[in-house]
Amino acid sequence: MRVELIKRPQQSALFSAVSPFIALALTLVAGAIMFSLLGKSPLDALYYYFIDPLREVWSLHELAIKAAPLILIAVGLAVCYLSNNWNIGAEGQFIIGAMAGSILPIIFPDFQGWYVLPLMLLMGIAGGAAYGAIPALLKVRFNTNEILTSLMLVYVAQLFLDWMVRGPWRNPEGNNFPETRRFHVDAILPEILPSSGRANLGFVFAILAAIVVWFLVTRTLKGFEVRVLGSSPRAGRFAGFSAKKMVFFAFMLSGGLAGLAGISEVSGAIGQLRPVISPGYGFAAIIVAFLGRLNPLGIIASGLILALTYLGGEAAQISLGLSDKVVRVFQGMLLFFVLGCDTLIHYRVRLVGFGAKPAVEGA
Amino acid sequence: MGIAESILLTIATAATPLLIAALGELVVERSGVLNLGVEGMMVMGAVCGFVAAALTGSPWLGVLAAIVVGALFSLLFGFLTLSVATNQVATGLSLTLLGLGLSGMIGEGFVGQAGQKLPSLYIPGLSDLPLVGRLVFGQDPIFYMSIALTVGIMWFLFRTRAGLTLRSIGDNHASAHALGIPVIAYRYLAVMFGGACAGLAGAHLSLVYTPQWVENMTAGRGWIALALVVFASWRPLRVLAGAYLFGAVTIGQIHVQALGYGIPSQLLSSLPYLATIVVLVLISRNRRLTMMNTPASLGRAFVPDR
Amino acid sequence: MKKIVFALAAVLAAGVSVPAMAQDKIKACFVYIGPKTDGGWTQAHDVGRQMVDKELGEKVETQFVENVPEGPDAERVIERFARSGCAIVFTTSFGYMDQTLAVAQKFPDVKFEHATGYKTAPNLTTYNSRFYEGRYIIGQIAAKVSKTGVAGYIASFPIPEVVQGINAFTLGAQTVNPDFKLKVVWVNTWHDAGKEADAAKALIDQGVDILTQHTDSAAPMQIAEERGIKAFGQAFDQIQAGPKAQMTAIIDTWGPYYVKRIKMVLDGTWKGGESSWDGLKDGILTMAPYTNMPDDVKKAAEETEAQIKSGELKPFTGPITKQDGTEWLKAGETADDKTLLGLNFYVKGVDDKLPQ
Repeated sequence: MRVELIKRPQQSALFSAVSPFIALALTLVAGAIMFSLLGKSPLDALYYYFIDPLREVWSLHELAIKAAPLILIAVGLAVCYLSNNWNIGAEGQFIIGAMAGSILPIIFPDFQGWYVLPLMLLMGIAGGAAYGAIPALLKVRFNTNEILTSLMLVYVAQLFLDWMVRGPWRNPEGNNFPETRRFHVDAILPEILPSSGRANLGFVFAILAAIVVWFLVTRTLKGFEVRVLGSSPRAGRFAGFSAKKMVFFAFMLSGGLAGLAGISEVSGAIGQLRPVISPGYGFAAIIVAFLGRLNPLGIIASGLILALTYLGGEAAQISLGLSDKVVRVFQGMLLFFVLGCDTLIHYRVRLVGFGAKPAVEGA
Repeated sequence: MGIAESILLTIATAATPLLIAALGELVVERSGVLNLGVEGMMVMGAVCGFVAAALTGSPWLGVLAAIVVGALFSLLFGFLTLSVATNQVATGLSLTLLGLGLSGMIGEGFVGQAGQKLPSLYIPGLSDLPLVGRLVFGQDPIFYMSIALTVGIMWFLFRTRAGLTLRSIGDNHASAHALGIPVIAYRYLAVMFGGACAGLAGAHLSLVYTPQWVENMTAGRGWIALALVVFASWRPLRVLAGAYLFGAVTIGQIHVQALGYGIPSQLLSSLPYLATIVVLVLISRNRRLTMMNTPASLGRAFVPDR
Repeated sequence: MKKIVFALAAVLAAGVSVPAMAQDKIKACFVYIGPKTDGGWTQAHDVGRQMVDKELGEKVETQFVENVPEGPDAERVIERFARSGCAIVFTTSFGYMDQTLAVAQKFPDVKFEHATGYKTAPNLTTYNSRFYEGRYIIGQIAAKVSKTGVAGYIASFPIPEVVQGINAFTLGAQTVNPDFKLKVVWVNTWHDAGKEADAAKALIDQGVDILTQHTDSAAPMQIAEERGIKAFGQAFDQIQAGPKAQMTAIIDTWGPYYVKRIKMVLDGTWKGGESSWDGLKDGILTMAPYTNMPDDVKKAAEETEAQIKSGELKPFTGPITKQDGTEWLKAGETADDKTLLGLNFYVKGVDDKLPQ
């Protein structure tokens, strides 16, 4: 038996809408089987995963905090991937952005005023964009594979942050522990609704960025250029678009957004620099970008869903004693099912039996 | 055993898992598929190798189990990207996520157990030769497999008909298909070979390098293997050179530290990555040379027309 | 699909079966930085938690979340614990400090204990272990057993706790051999078996014949066993990994502390705002059996251990000179805890430049 794909003449509107639900249903079934095998009630487990974190307002705030960096980074990555530029170093751009933005509150703690925060955000964007420009430059000038250079630069950024926080930028009043001084009040990203939870403006940035980039990609000439150069570089050249400029545009846009995510995270949720400031947001965002089908609005949804699985995983650990590994396996299953089901949008699927008799036909 | 010989042995041990995983990925990429799940397959190999060795008492069965599990686990990626045409980058990343979680579950009861070590070769007389004795005649079996793999893959890719076919698929899957070559079948085999190699590399970690199981024990080596493939511009012999260069830099920075020069360890630790970037730039500067070796269809999904 | 929707709806309507909890049980909750089976730091805390289950199981229920990254994720998990009715929350990584404090200020009725930090509140206490006491003992053993007069130290990150260990080891060794040397390698990780093994091999190649580590995996012990030198275990008794190599190990034993503190919660005597820094005498760290060494060395080690337990011997007692040659402690003077908790310099005799 084998699977046969038949290209649809155009995207299936039906499956565009339905495939996430099919994937969710498959995940629920597979998850239920796994939880039963582990001796836990599958209904309880699924409840804690998907419903429990949404029941309380403070928890919704936490969801926004967790989703904000994922969405911000993924939106930028979507532009990269649409234009066929493979930036997988957003984690490094996130870190460098956070460091660039933190220069003011760390080195000039007495420089205070309402203008500090906007400056920090700008410096964060600039830092991320500059770091993103390195693989772009190497790709354009030396034809160097950007997947690898951007990935290597992640490790370099992590070690650089580690060194700065343990050395030159260490808090002079912090008992020599590896962290910088805490940011002063003017350098803290304000919370949206302080009375009900901790969510900060970072989430607002994420939503705004998604909307702006969505407009850019779908409604402007630049967006057209992105998509043409991405799907067919030759056609793009004939149309007079510069592939080289596009490399820089895509990398600096996604680097800038990753940098904004970095400085928002540091000035909002953390309040200082530490040796590690991201639990892998830059990598998780790649998955978010594809789950959202590289559509900035879809990325808002996929970012929230991935964030929900983290929160739900904790709820399941606490309430059912499910191990953290189960949480990750469950996430992996969800991703596989979503990726697999999205194929239905572009292709019909036929299972061909040994006698070449069509067994199942997907609409 | 002299200090030079001992350092070279240490480098060989550090390089072997990188070399094996990278060689597997090289074959996969030569067929035009980019599997970013090396880390996940490697960690699955490590845990299954360890568990099988612990349960059966035979490290050899552990190696076998790691190879089989690596190949089977890669089938998950193969099915999705080849049969269902999902995006390879996202699927590979998901495979890594799944592998790290699943390996943690499988190995939960085996943490902290003293492992079995795959015995090293020892030939009386030859292994005791000065300088080269232990290097050539006294290493672990997986080291010899890694060298055999390097030679074997060189021979396969550049001296056999099947190797030529594989490369032609990687360069242009559409025209290969038009010539009647079973593109998908070839790619399935390549992906499984890559998985088997990653599994074997994992077994080296949990049965030779550090015979024990700890969660996430691959600690990013799968990613370095991926970098090595490009570093080597998809050439087996250069993968070998790259893996040993990387091993040498890693071990060298530890020695520099132990000598007490007081250079920031973070700077030393970032040297291998910076070196990789520099070498990448040097290699890829020559556009014609790179184009000749780079599989042109790399990362693009292929769906045969009927 | 439909069935599941119905079933889910039914469950929601009926209210999910919350794990049964007797009214008189209190909850003690733990936040872990690593996996609970990491074979090191986190596992040691989890062994402590299991001791609570065993000894106080009728009155206490324990819960935990593992692999919690420092930063906003930690704050969320701690707050969830606080909201879900935990009587006391233990946060077991230095990097949870500010997050623990923030949640503690928000939930004044919940009790918090933060490991290895220095910020307290009326409902927040810190706790720590004087690991360096054990390191002083193994330093002495090393100097007595070593033939080359050089030991290797595999270190993780240059935080005060690790620097304390390196200094205490050196001071202990110098009581035996004033010229004893210590080579330090920073691997910049708590947990990478391969890297730790590489460091162990490099150190041995450079002539050390004793290994000690402040990282979590048993890999260096395995290498020591293989190369036929001696070593000391870390966090756990690693005798399995090095039956001929391990001379002793510094074992983290948080259990007695956890039991003591939760009992205080139960009988209402728990107090916040304190910093407790227990040592060998309190049983928060213990030494694995002394083996693989001559009897006289063993006897000396046991004597030192007894002296530290009785308070007669404090490892950081002058005269002690800093690495740069300036005086740190005058003869008879003992280092105060505040200096130790922020320790950022080496004592004389360490063959390394402390990363700054």
